[in-house]
Amino acid sequence: MANVEVAPRLGHRRAEALWQVGGLLIALAVALPIAAIVWLAVFPSENIWPHLFETVLWDYVDNTVRLMVGVAIGSAVIGVGTAWLVSTADFPGRRLFQWALMLPLAAPTYIVAYVYTDLLEFAGPVQAALREAFGWTSARDYWFPEIRTVGGAIAMMTLTLYPYVYLLSRAAFLEQAGVTREVSRTLGSGPWRTFLRVALPLARPAIVVGVTLALMETLNDFGTVDYFAVRTLTAGVFNVWLTMGNVGGGAQIALVMLGFVVLLILLERLERRRRRYHTLATRHRRARRQRLGSTARWAAFAACLTPVVLGFLIPGAVLLRNAILFAADSWSSRFADFAINSLLLAGGTAILCVVLATFLAYAVRLRGGALLAGAARFASLGYAIPGAVLALGILIPFGAFDNALDGWVRELFGVSTGLLLSGTVAAVMFAYVVRFFALSYGALESGLGRIKPNMEMAARTLGAGPTGTLLRVHLPLMKGTLLTAALLIFVDVMKELPATLLLRPFNFDTLATYVYQFGSSEQLELSALGALTIVAVGLVPVVLLNQAVARDPSEVI
Amino acid sequence: MLGKVLTFSATGLVALGWLTGLASSAQAAEEVNVYSYRQPFLIQPMFDAFTRETGIKVNVVFAETGLVERLKAEGRNSPADLIFTVDIGRLADAVAGGVTQAVRDDTLESVIPAAMRDPEGHWFGLTQRARVIYASKDRVPLEAARKLSYEDLADPKWRGKICTRAGDHEYNVALFAAILAKHGEEKAKLWLAGLRDNLARKPQGNDRAQVKAIMEGQCDLALGNHYYYALMLQNEEQFAWAQSAHLIFPDQAGDGTHMNISGMAMTKAAPHRENALKLMAFLVGELAQRMYAEQNNEYPLRAGVDPSGLLASFGDFKRADQALAEVAKMRPAAIRMINEVHYNAGPSS
Repeated sequence: MANVEVAPRLGHRRAEALWQVGGLLIALAVALPIAAIVWLAVFPSENIWPHLFETVLWDYVDNTVRLMVGVAIGSAVIGVGTAWLVSTADFPGRRLFQWALMLPLAAPTYIVAYVYTDLLEFAGPVQAALREAFGWTSARDYWFPEIRTVGGAIAMMTLTLYPYVYLLSRAAFLEQAGVTREVSRTLGSGPWRTFLRVALPLARPAIVVGVTLALMETLNDFGTVDYFAVRTLTAGVFNVWLTMGNVGGGAQIALVMLGFVVLLILLERLERRRRRYHTLATRHRRARRQRLGSTARWAAFAACLTPVVLGFLIPGAVLLRNAILFAADSWSSRFADFAINSLLLAGGTAILCVVLATFLAYAVRLRGGALLAGAARFASLGYAIPGAVLALGILIPFGAFDNALDGWVRELFGVSTGLLLSGTVAAVMFAYVVRFFALSYGALESGLGRIKPNMEMAARTLGAGPTGTLLRVHLPLMKGTLLTAALLIFVDVMKELPATLLLRPFNFDTLATYVYQFGSSEQLELSALGALTIVAVGLVPVVLLNQAVARDPSEVI
Repeated sequence: MLGKVLTFSATGLVALGWLTGLASSAQAAEEVNVYSYRQPFLIQPMFDAFTRETGIKVNVVFAETGLVERLKAEGRNSPADLIFTVDIGRLADAVAGGVTQAVRDDTLESVIPAAMRDPEGHWFGLTQRARVIYASKDRVPLEAARKLSYEDLADPKWRGKICTRAGDHEYNVALFAAILAKHGEEKAKLWLAGLRDNLARKPQGNDRAQVKAIMEGQCDLALGNHYYYALMLQNEEQFAWAQSAHLIFPDQAGDGTHMNISGMAMTKAAPHRENALKLMAFLVGELAQRMYAEQNNEYPLRAGVDPSGLLASFGDFKRADQALAEVAKMRPAAIRMINEVHYNAGPSS
């Protein structure tokens, strides 16, 4: 094939240069806190590694690896499986499941963990009913899985994190041209073979992004593993920082955890090497959905129902019960304020993240370059860092900037500017952007990757500049991806806790921080009402998104 | 068009105000700013009472980690005047981090016993909490339970009968640090390994979950803070948990029960120093100390404020008078010891 690259007009070249510079600036800004953590790690108050090597390091690593492997497998199986079913098969409740499968995303993992511990431990209703039914009297009479274990943590995280994989792989399956799969079927492959040999490989980049996100979330979670007393590297970070008073040592462990993620990503890339995953980018006709036999219909129904029941309905029901029982004690007249703060932060961050990630991902696509691509990748690592540590990475540069500016203005004009950035809502929002950038960048990168380069070549040949091409070709094609990214960020900001706690201004609360003060003082009952509000507010975008999608005949998400 | 531009600019200004907090800091006449490691709903009633009495507004940021680092990063421009903590460890961290200043104040010094404040005035205790033993009412005779010391928890006769939360939780770290300070490293480590071998299960859950485990028959003894007993008694669902166990103040024949404190320190920057002093004095006053006892079930540090209600029903007991600053210094060594005996892995057999 001849190289059809058309020499861009001079103005367009300049535009491309602007995209490069802009992209680099975004990547650097988002990477700043991570760089600050690296800086912290250079100055530990003592070397913690000999002690850790001799004692608990291998327990930490062992638990961390088992947790990551378990969550990766669990969320991939549930996420990809259900996404495949709802996007390619016809069975009862399919339309409902399309969005119901996202619901577990709205519940913070540690809250779900609290709920299941109450239900499943020895004194909980489940085991009590079993004892009643079988006449057992003590724990020695029967075996029951212990929930506060690595296995329990894997189960809890899989239940709340599989929607990342579900959302991204579903978007991929839907954006795959139906004709690809039809060709496979025409050539004699059954539905399984088509799934394994055609659809799955084509959706691979999206699935990988989804699983990576779930794993990063697994690494930055402290609430759940702490409650289950499963000691992962995250626990090591906090022990070394808070109890040994060695913040540099804690930062080192956090960076080792980042190393895990980077290693995983590299391995996957290495294996993928030069394959590309473009899809036919015409407004393709969707493949007809497979009609299932009567057993298969109900099997599909059960497969989709189970994660929704376990991840959403059961915890939701328990929260609702506690919310009603303890409504009087947990109600605050400031609830509306908290909800507004949460909504504004979540909405603002979602928009900001998607805009910045689109800019950066498109800049990388325009003229790649190892520097820009590498910076973008580095900037996406914030998601794997525990929120409290990431917040340190913001406190330090912001404080340094504020104090430097203040010192300078004092010297020149004799007045104090005080702290301009530290302790503002802007600082909180910046933290969110850094923390959740990976969500939007990952989604955008895989979304752009599916669009064939000849689409933009055509547009450019017809005289459109890079910006015009993005606005008129790529964005409309990626509507589903953009909405998905915005939704993920919105819901995650609603739940975000450690960075909000540490960076916020005085007297500023979100729903998540309000809930947490009860949860952290072991008054779970009192946190139910707020937790339920988070879930309810988190539902709003899921429903809105579903409606927007239902109106759009291409139904991309 | 002009209308659109105006609307747009107005929205932008409001957003900017919200983002940078300009609108909210619209100068309250008198205020004092607090960074708190302690859950706001536990101290807000005292702050409200202070505002009613003095007209000074109390602004709060609550976080569980990192406030000392925030103070360091904000430096001399930090808006915070006071820092509140729920244990001695965090107070010690703040002093070590150089973000506090010494306060010399006759009221504070006369009310707070010398062992419960920093000799130089960098921190002051407010209330005390006891690390107690919960003992099964059914399976541990009360007479025997009352004689228990922390040291007894390592006695092999309790093998498979004790429950605790994770060893590296700050409440346990403080207790283990106190044992370390008292007995030295060698003996303390043997003791901790003995306690580990007596555990009925891998350390897990929170303090209340240990009492629940007693009710379930999983263990006979558990470690926990005293105020959870009061909270469980006041909770419809958890009443039965508390009913299954006696609250035992350990070591009554020896040095007395291990006490930790909640406390406060003035920050180095403290832009509202006078108001901060007023708040400190108010919190050690009769009214606030009584509120701490009645609402939070903590032991007041001010002499003469008798605990009332539930707290009084727990009875009088002997408190260890170990200097807390010494205990705080042992925390890094304590966590090393906890790691070395693999406490969190549970019983070794």
